[in-house]
Amino acid sequence: MSSAPGNDVIGAAPPGDAAGAAGAVLSVRDLSVEYIMEAGTVEAVDKVSFDVDPGEFIAIVGESGCGKSTLLFGIAQLLVPPAEITQGSVIFKGHNMVGLTDKQLASVRWKDLSVVMQSAMNALNPVKSIGAQFADAMQAHGVTDKAQIADRSAEVLKMVGIDPIHLSSYPHQLSGGMRQRSMIAMALLLTPDLVIMDEPTSALDVVAQRSLMAQIKELQERLGFAVIFVTHDMSLVSHFSDRLMVMYAGRVDEFGPTRQLFDSPLHPYTIGLMEAFPSIRGPKVPLTGIPGSPPDLARLPPGCRFAPRCPQVMTRCREESPGLYHVNGTLVRCFLHDQRGEVGE
Amino acid sequence: MTAETADGREGPGATPRDSTALLQTKGLTRHFRIGGMFSRSYLHAVDDFDISIGERQIIALAGESGSGKSTVARLLAKLYQPTSGEIYFQGKPLSAVRSRRDVLRYRGEVPMVFQDPFASFNPVFRVSHGVQRCLKLHRGELSAQQRQEEAERVFEAVGLTPAGDVLQRFPHELSGGQRQRVGFAQALALRPKLILADEPVSMLDVSIRIGLLNVMAQLRDEQGVSILYITHDLASARYVADRLIIMYAGRVAEQGPTEEVLASPRHPYTQLLLSAVPDPRAPLGVGAETDRGEPPKVIDPAPGCRFRWRCPLAIDECQRVTPELSPLAPDHEAACHVARSGAEVKAF
Repeated sequence: MSSAPGNDVIGAAPPGDAAGAAGAVLSVRDLSVEYIMEAGTVEAVDKVSFDVDPGEFIAIVGESGCGKSTLLFGIAQLLVPPAEITQGSVIFKGHNMVGLTDKQLASVRWKDLSVVMQSAMNALNPVKSIGAQFADAMQAHGVTDKAQIADRSAEVLKMVGIDPIHLSSYPHQLSGGMRQRSMIAMALLLTPDLVIMDEPTSALDVVAQRSLMAQIKELQERLGFAVIFVTHDMSLVSHFSDRLMVMYAGRVDEFGPTRQLFDSPLHPYTIGLMEAFPSIRGPKVPLTGIPGSPPDLARLPPGCRFAPRCPQVMTRCREESPGLYHVNGTLVRCFLHDQRGEVGE
Repeated sequence: MTAETADGREGPGATPRDSTALLQTKGLTRHFRIGGMFSRSYLHAVDDFDISIGERQIIALAGESGSGKSTVARLLAKLYQPTSGEIYFQGKPLSAVRSRRDVLRYRGEVPMVFQDPFASFNPVFRVSHGVQRCLKLHRGELSAQQRQEEAERVFEAVGLTPAGDVLQRFPHELSGGQRQRVGFAQALALRPKLILADEPVSMLDVSIRIGLLNVMAQLRDEQGVSILYITHDLASARYVADRLIIMYAGRVAEQGPTEEVLASPRHPYTQLLLSAVPDPRAPLGVGAETDRGEPPKVIDPAPGCRFRWRCPLAIDECQRVTPELSPLAPDHEAACHVARSGAEVKAF
């Protein structure tokens, strides 16, 4: 449907290498997810490719409806109809996760890959104590020794800064921050290689949010697991992620080292996002935000999907779809950075 | 509690009284009884809350969830009755506003805009329905023609153009940002003096938040409306507000001109909040990292500073005496024993 080349991936193996990049804990290749409904098909994720190295912290940012959560669910194989993976592969530790049965997935989940959801309130079982839920997850993966379960449960809870006495607490007895911390503790029970987090901090206050971020980062550096962190708040991850992916309308618009993206954003959308945050300390300047709103995925504009809102739009943008171009180690989907073609008008 | 608020707290510790203030609160207090039928426990949602809102002012009320900011908005909107204390609107006590006609008039002058633009509109009516109903109820003197003109005027004032076209849409045809603008347009149709906006942008995407903040500034500058902007986002408060009130556990921790409070915060809690704001343009501070605390649920409190459990500077006095708001600079007050003693406050 578009001219987007699928092989433009940072540090990726040559195209067609189904096993993914060597050394990566996760390789996502040309992953497309569609919502197939009677009224029509909506492509929520369009040929997204990237690799996650062991111990790496990757942040995915974008506005609501840009497909970031759908992408996460696609990676974790948690999609339910009408959403469906229509193309691409998700290679986790050398195995393609797409098309695995629930039973096969069950052996991977918690043990090698765990997911922390946005709302811990809904993710925890309200009628079971925290400890019982921890024990459940461990027993499902063959840990039956009661003492071992108790030891490990207390250990992970201590790791996230909660007194192990709360193993006997029920979710409603904990505050929002503590619930989210115990979800993270649970995700770490079986020392996974990859933890996927979907806005784990968005229900929290700034102070709690900030201390949780610092804690996630500290644990990640100490235990060496990789993180994919989805958020709508770009400034939240600015000091924590190694690489940052900006999604817009189902596609990767820009992907590169976090610091570089903040210091010299390339895509007009990324630039617009940066300028949409009022600063708390810098000079006070009038801001405009980005005019318009994100496109309806069922009625996408032809050409570049950001063209209708783009301050630097060219004639070409309204006709052709830009590919992902390499610029100094960053990938950017914008004709302004197309070195191969002519640079517009 | 009542004994403490009854004296009105005039004197050196009191809020500077502005006789021209649009709205003032004096010792505003609201407690909720919690627990079972025979429970005598009270949750102190708002205690001794003294603020003053002038004409053409945007006042930001900031604090963590559970700090009582929404309770304040509901008290000001007359949705809750205060447990004690008084609200003065244009110099007149609100407790005297009783008859249906007076309440209606007050609600027209002080309307509310809600947080969730997806839940606050009836999906089966066009957006013109809400505005028209407001106009019929509050401004019955207008003819149908005048109502339509007025609806178009307020829609244009909040940047919903072409107004005639947008008025005919259904809520689901509008984006979140547009819906929130409709909320402000409805409030504006009542010819308000003060709009109570409870987290009006927190549900919106970052790229459109700024647009709405700009609308708020425009309403102040062009329509002369004051706005109480309730938020937990200090950066947006700084962007749009003239004055900033920091609330903690039902009490005012610090208040003053926005720039001044943020440039030289005197209360340790304000400093903690500031250090937690993510700012990609600044290096990472360390304050919030060490803080594991949460705002306390204030149930039948003993005297003492409510921030003392989280405060690295807490002294003996903080355990025993509730700090009063005291002026530290012109028009800048904080409720902190350490700050009042003149010591340098550098908690976070």
